[in-house]
Amino acid sequence: MIGYVIRRLLMVVPVMAIVTIVVFVLSRVGPGDPAAILVGDFASSAEIARTRAAMGLDRPLVVQYFSWLSQLLHGDLGISIFSRTPVLELIVQSAEPTLLLTATAMIYSIALAVPVGVLAAARAGSSIDRALMGAAVLGFSTPVFVLGYMLAYVFGYRLGILPVQGYPGLESGFGPVLRSLTLPAIAIGATFVALIARVTRASMLEVLSEDYIRTARAKGLPGSTILLVHALKNAAIPVITMVGIGFGVLLSGVVVTESVFAIPGIGRLTVNAIFRRDFPVIQGVVLVISLAYVLLNLAVDLTYTLFDPRIRY
Amino acid sequence: MAARGHAADTPALRVRDLEVELGRGTRRVVAVDRLSFEVAAGETLAIVGESGCGKSMTALGVLRLLPGASARMRATELTLGEIDLLSLSPEELRRLRGDRIAMIFQEPMTSLNPVLTVERQITETLRVHRQLGRSAARARALELLHAVRIPDPERRLQQYPFELSGGMRQRVMIAAAVSCNPDVLIADEPTTALDVTVQAQILEVLLDLKRQRGMALVLITHDLGVVAQTAQRVVVMYAGRKVEEARVRDLFANPRHPYTRGLMGSMPRLGASQGDGPRGRLPEMAGTVPVLDRPAPGCAFAPRCALADARCTREAPPLVAFEDGHTAACWRADAVIEAAHGVD
Ligand SMILES: Nc1ncnc2c1ncn2[C@@H]1O[C@H](COP(=O)(O)OP(=O)(O)O)[C@@H](O)[C@H]1O
Ligand SMILES: [Mg+2]
Repeated sequence: MIGYVIRRLLMVVPVMAIVTIVVFVLSRVGPGDPAAILVGDFASSAEIARTRAAMGLDRPLVVQYFSWLSQLLHGDLGISIFSRTPVLELIVQSAEPTLLLTATAMIYSIALAVPVGVLAAARAGSSIDRALMGAAVLGFSTPVFVLGYMLAYVFGYRLGILPVQGYPGLESGFGPVLRSLTLPAIAIGATFVALIARVTRASMLEVLSEDYIRTARAKGLPGSTILLVHALKNAAIPVITMVGIGFGVLLSGVVVTESVFAIPGIGRLTVNAIFRRDFPVIQGVVLVISLAYVLLNLAVDLTYTLFDPRIRY
Repeated sequence: MAARGHAADTPALRVRDLEVELGRGTRRVVAVDRLSFEVAAGETLAIVGESGCGKSMTALGVLRLLPGASARMRATELTLGEIDLLSLSPEELRRLRGDRIAMIFQEPMTSLNPVLTVERQITETLRVHRQLGRSAARARALELLHAVRIPDPERRLQQYPFELSGGMRQRVMIAAAVSCNPDVLIADEPTTALDVTVQAQILEVLLDLKRQRGMALVLITHDLGVVAQTAQRVVVMYAGRKVEEARVRDLFANPRHPYTRGLMGSMPRLGASQGDGPRGRLPEMAGTVPVLDRPAPGCAFAPRCALADARCTREAPPLVAFEDGHTAACWRADAVIEAAHGVD
């Protein structure tokens, strides 16, 4: 197990190397000149050239890449062109609301979706099943920003029971933070809930037709034990896999939702950086999120062992 | 043989006119058709027939565990000792399953839950039906593993099914099934998936447990060799119906139904009393069990029967009693006897 974790961590290196190359190339082939953006609309071309040289943008691409990479390896993600703040600092500052938002969305989604999927599978073909799966299709096909604005309108504006803008920060206490994250978390999680509920249902249905479920019924076990112990534990692997895959969906939702609800997180940082062509920030965010994604997938693989004794690393 | 408190003449399990239907409309199949049998405490009843004859559906029908929403069962009588199973609610029925009546299945490789320990799978019946605590149930599980002759039971309890061989898994299945000392144990082809030496060991374990606990054992098999070794009485099934029933000795000495003869002909080792007469008439059984979606008017076996005449395809034969406790459903039962003795 420890050996496996170490091997997997070593495999992060080539993956991240590829990510750095892709990030670097994408940031240089796109339209727009960061130096021109930085010096502003009224700068002369000589001024722009000077800025380019100061930023090292006039050097060969390969040289630029390796000097950037060497900085990265020293933990230096560069300086924001726009705010002149170290990128790492910006990311750390924005990380808190994003982490909390993602975690809240993830936890509530799983807590809602798994019971829904189990119930739908247990009552497969019934009107409950059809209603739940209909809701799942709706949840899946509603764009995050539409849902976000709808929630903000109903709960924030009409009912006035939950805040719809901003983020108070943990220093103001857990309660206010949770209140401000509730609507965005629901908006982000809707797709995720739908995805997980459907996978849970499908996986449960498959498991429920297995011979060992018949054995459990022949033993006279209560229906809840059969569903929640005998079936769900076997159905867990595809669900966990989908949680890992769905993490990407969740992150893309974070970007949109933070804009809708004016939450100063990584999503907003990214959107602003894209508008400003603040490419060190874009690069930094993509790198950090890629790393988080790779590590999350490792965590997912390790979670399998909790559910299936046949999986050993 | 400790008959558990019921009057001596009350069978442990009595089934009368059991019918099982699967599917609906054009896909409707009558898997079991008006099947009756009973088994006494301490007795082994074999139910024998080729694959697809409705043996498993009989077992699942008795336990009311039929697959899918479209499966239906009906019976005029279904009693477990004094208990009328037909009048019970699903919840009452659940409480009896695994406690008073238990079942083991054909496929040891897939019938155990792959992600639960052996301990959990043996003790859960005790914990659910007997409210035993964890350590009491565990102690009982160790005894049970000992009873089914699993070496090193302490270690086995902590293992998962994938760490066990097929034979070991079937022993675990048996241990779990008998954990609450059921009155009736239904074993659906418990050894079919196992190799021959393991088969014999598993049958021995089953018979020992039956003897020690005075259970009624319903042993489902397609193998007359197994019947000869284990059972006192036998029901021969064909296409969902009982075609013959007899004490095992009588059946082998004097089979009445051409289908039974056919099964004996395809048996690898025949009993000593079997001449080569039937082999001459029914060298092998050509054809397969019909799917009962379009019930024909006559005897279901007629298309495969060398003795069939016009009446056999026209009219279904009723079960007729011959000597004591021996019944068969065949218009040509006398011809079967003649053929067997080479008179013809
Ligand atoms: N799940 C099912 N759905 C529909 N028909 C089935 C199903 N299982 C079995 N059958 C049919 O029921 C009949 C009896 O099957 P079964 O009881 O399994 O036979 P056996 O156990 O004697 O091999 C067969 O004709 C089979 O095709
Ligand atoms: Mg079968």
